[in-house]
Amino acid sequence: MTDKFVVGPSPHVLGPKTVKSVMWEVVIALAPVSIAGILLFGLDALLVLVTATVTAMILEALVLHRNLKPASILGDGSAAVSGLILGLILPPSTPLWMVVIAAAVGILLGKHAFGGLGNNIFNPALVARAFVFMSWPVAMTTWHGPLSLSDWTTRVSVDVASSASPLGGAQHGLMEMFLGQTAGSIGETSALAILLGAIFLIVRGHIDWRAPLGYVGSAAVVAAIYSFLGGDFALTTIAWQLMAGGLLFAAVFMITDMVTSPVTKTGRLLFGIGCGLITMVIRLYLSAPEGVTYGILFMNAMVPLIDRYTVPKVFGEVKSR
Amino acid sequence: MSKSFSGGIHPAYNKAMTAEIPIADMPLPDKVRLPLSQHIGAPCKPLVAKGDTVAMGQKIADSDSFVSAPIHASVAGEVVLVDDQAIEIKTDKEKSRFSGAAQSYNNQGELRQIIREAGIVGLGGATFPTHVKVTPPEGVTIHTFMINGAECEPFLTTDHRVMLEQGQEMIAGSKLLMEACGAEKTIIGIEKNKPDAIEHMSKLIADEPAFAVTGVQVKYPQGWEKQLIKSLVGQEVPDKGLPLDLGIVMNNVATAVAVHRAVEYGEPLLNRVVTVSGSGINKPQNVRAPLGTSVADLVEFCGGLKPEAAKIIDGGPMMGRALSTLDTPITKGTSGILVFNRDEVHLFSEDPCIRCASCVDACPSRLLPNYLALYVKREMLDEAEEINLMSCIECGCCSYVCPSKIPLVHYFQRGKQEINARNRNQ
Amino acid sequence: MDFVSDILIPVASLAGLGLIFGALLAVANKVFMVKVDKRVADISEVLPGINCGACGYPSCSAFAEAVAAGKAPVNGCVPGRAEVAEKVGDIMGVEAEADERFVAKLACRGTEDVARDKLEYYGAADCRSAMLIEGGPKACAYGCMGLGTCVEVCPFGAITMGEEGLPLFEDELCNGCRRCFKACPKDVIRMVSVNAEVDVACNNHDKGAAVLKACKVGCIACGKCVKVCPEDAIEMVDNLAVIDYHKCTNCGACIEACPTNAIVRLSPVI
Repeated sequence: MTDKFVVGPSPHVLGPKTVKSVMWEVVIALAPVSIAGILLFGLDALLVLVTATVTAMILEALVLHRNLKPASILGDGSAAVSGLILGLILPPSTPLWMVVIAAAVGILLGKHAFGGLGNNIFNPALVARAFVFMSWPVAMTTWHGPLSLSDWTTRVSVDVASSASPLGGAQHGLMEMFLGQTAGSIGETSALAILLGAIFLIVRGHIDWRAPLGYVGSAAVVAAIYSFLGGDFALTTIAWQLMAGGLLFAAVFMITDMVTSPVTKTGRLLFGIGCGLITMVIRLYLSAPEGVTYGILFMNAMVPLIDRYTVPKVFGEVKSR
Repeated sequence: MSKSFSGGIHPAYNKAMTAEIPIADMPLPDKVRLPLSQHIGAPCKPLVAKGDTVAMGQKIADSDSFVSAPIHASVAGEVVLVDDQAIEIKTDKEKSRFSGAAQSYNNQGELRQIIREAGIVGLGGATFPTHVKVTPPEGVTIHTFMINGAECEPFLTTDHRVMLEQGQEMIAGSKLLMEACGAEKTIIGIEKNKPDAIEHMSKLIADEPAFAVTGVQVKYPQGWEKQLIKSLVGQEVPDKGLPLDLGIVMNNVATAVAVHRAVEYGEPLLNRVVTVSGSGINKPQNVRAPLGTSVADLVEFCGGLKPEAAKIIDGGPMMGRALSTLDTPITKGTSGILVFNRDEVHLFSEDPCIRCASCVDACPSRLLPNYLALYVKREMLDEAEEINLMSCIECGCCSYVCPSKIPLVHYFQRGKQEINARNRNQ
Repeated sequence: MDFVSDILIPVASLAGLGLIFGALLAVANKVFMVKVDKRVADISEVLPGINCGACGYPSCSAFAEAVAAGKAPVNGCVPGRAEVAEKVGDIMGVEAEADERFVAKLACRGTEDVARDKLEYYGAADCRSAMLIEGGPKACAYGCMGLGTCVEVCPFGAITMGEEGLPLFEDELCNGCRRCFKACPKDVIRMVSVNAEVDVACNNHDKGAAVLKACKVGCIACGKCVKVCPEDAIEMVDNLAVIDYHKCTNCGACIEACPTNAIVRLSPVI
């Protein structure tokens, strides 16, 4: 028996979840899209993913611990999540030095300039993408088509001819898009892999259905209205809009980012709807090829406001007479 | 279960350790220490002086105030200490035998008086004086009486055992309480993880048309009065209001038994059932212990502490209070004494909040714990009050689910105290 | 490229817009001007601008307004010391009298090795929260818990947490804003004049035996200092020695006499 008992506030039992477990489980959820990206885009994709992740982790270790011990680099896993997500939203042909700069901008400017984990207003990966997108627009919009099976069996060719992405006007069948056999960012093309990650996250209770549903739902509504006004209304057009570009990936992995989304249930739904509307408006009416980045960044800035106006009614709150 | 409340958590229940073992009667300890404030409301004033000899069941402290409950000698013996905190009695084991007679009453008022004189308070842990609870204010009609047999705190099995062993007495007590508050029917709410208790109760009430037994979802804090009412009748007790506002009065299982014994045998509250459990105790079991028994004596009766024992909790693991010394008495509100080994002691480490909203989803009162903690830390008391800090029931769900291990409830307790202090000064 | 349509017109129209807006602003500035006491701005200029609140006003500008309105004394700025008081006095045209300077001191020497803990604390790492857990981890109910709320509230970085578990107060950096003094739940921080050289570094009001059980360096109220003081400057108040600084001559006889070393000599403040 000890001479002094341990005394502290209630509760005296705590749940199994830790920041570390949450972050590494998100990494696990990103595994299907990462694997799909590597299978579709080859060695280039692998190098981009590894570079982005490792750069992010090393920079975070330097900022937080000022050393590069293995424990510091692994940290709580949040840098790995940001880095990996950043890699997944870059084109597979991005030069690696550009990836390093992107990761540095994301971690240093997007995250630690705001005070580190939990305090950043904007999604670090999206800050990084917005930065490189504005700095090197050509590199960021040069898409390479996916490798075919024969490419893999012969040799992975680095110089696959550049081709247009679906949003750039390329024509693809819905099935091709579902599996991800289109040009695009590493992790964004395969709807199937994204859905696998989504199922894992929902089952493990890390994401709430409200934000993704609001996002995809509102995007679908805008797409429907647009196609209706354009006179070629068809369900396939809507499905095409939802699977093109980074919309689905964002719905599962970016607007559900805990730090930069609202905490209230109503707030999450509103946040998703807002992101969806802005994304689609940018996509359809502006000259920019992709609205996901700016749509979400804009709504990130709205989060404190959304939380403030969606404070839930407490248990048994009496309606004002 | 569509009727259940929103939020809540599913911690490891750990009830198997004690649920199957019959309640053990503990022999009288050599000394008891009876605090003057074992209930919510005004503390009692001593009626005895040092050196007096008291009989078992003799009233030794009382108060003039309505919201209060008298205290009785749980043993016979000599008063060895009286101060502003407690009365201590050295036990005379020869003379410690209670004798009383059945009490009769002619109306509700007299029945409530019997309950008051017996010193009965809510034995679930809230310790609100029972006679106050069954006295609705002018103009309020009570239609339903409820028995809280949810026992949602992990480890605790006192109500479970009492329902199995003293079910008949509980039903009898419920009838008395129903009469005292003027209700027409009684609903007994039991969490579904106690199927034997549900079955036993259903059998006992088979011929009682006014009684019903309802199994409720297994979820913490199902046993919190307002949450259980929501689960049983689908209505929410108003924020800052009482079940009375819905015409409902709820009491704990053991409280009903105590009321029955007060009327049937004239026996005041002398003892209570305590779950002694946890990894650090040698013989986990439920014990019927005289009030005022020290935790040390109780632990001794249960085979003593294991060498690795590091933490003692008075109450359940979610809302109980950690003790710094075994020299603490068992009071009317002590539902359990839990002992944890060092390797089972959970510590708060307080990583930064990642806004994961687990706490928001878990809060049964639908508050925003992450913002509340932020405001308390930054001393923004007005903002904290505005988003209803005072409606927090300190159930601990938020702290339990927090991946950053932030002691949220601890901050809320501090914030509430600071707000109360500020409001007093204004 | 057509010079007129591609360069001249855009430049001219932009310049025109600039002129119009400029004119509008100039008009608005005159029409909507709010009359401000010029002295308020001047006073604000010389104040430290840290909004510490020691003057009793919520911010430096609120204090400046109060001074200009004659409601606050010109030497009211505590952290500004004599220097700021003089400048504010100049602006207001009055002679500023410098107040005696006070700095925060910890009335406790109960480091980890001499003051016993009664329990192993965990929970929110701030003193005010820890108070809710049986009054804090220390066996001494009056002593410093060392959880650093004062360190956190100090706007000047004058308080740091020492290695022995007690906060260290840097006199040079302390501006006497009293934030730590107000925040400490144990009331173990005192404001001591910079002229004082002797201090009772204990806050325990218990009787001797109880003090010794909890801490080796506490004031046990033995009264030796009271007897030995040649100026009758020490009094035993509620089991704790209290020095009357109006009488104290800093002779140090009490320091010699104290059996538990609870009375200490303070290093002189520059």
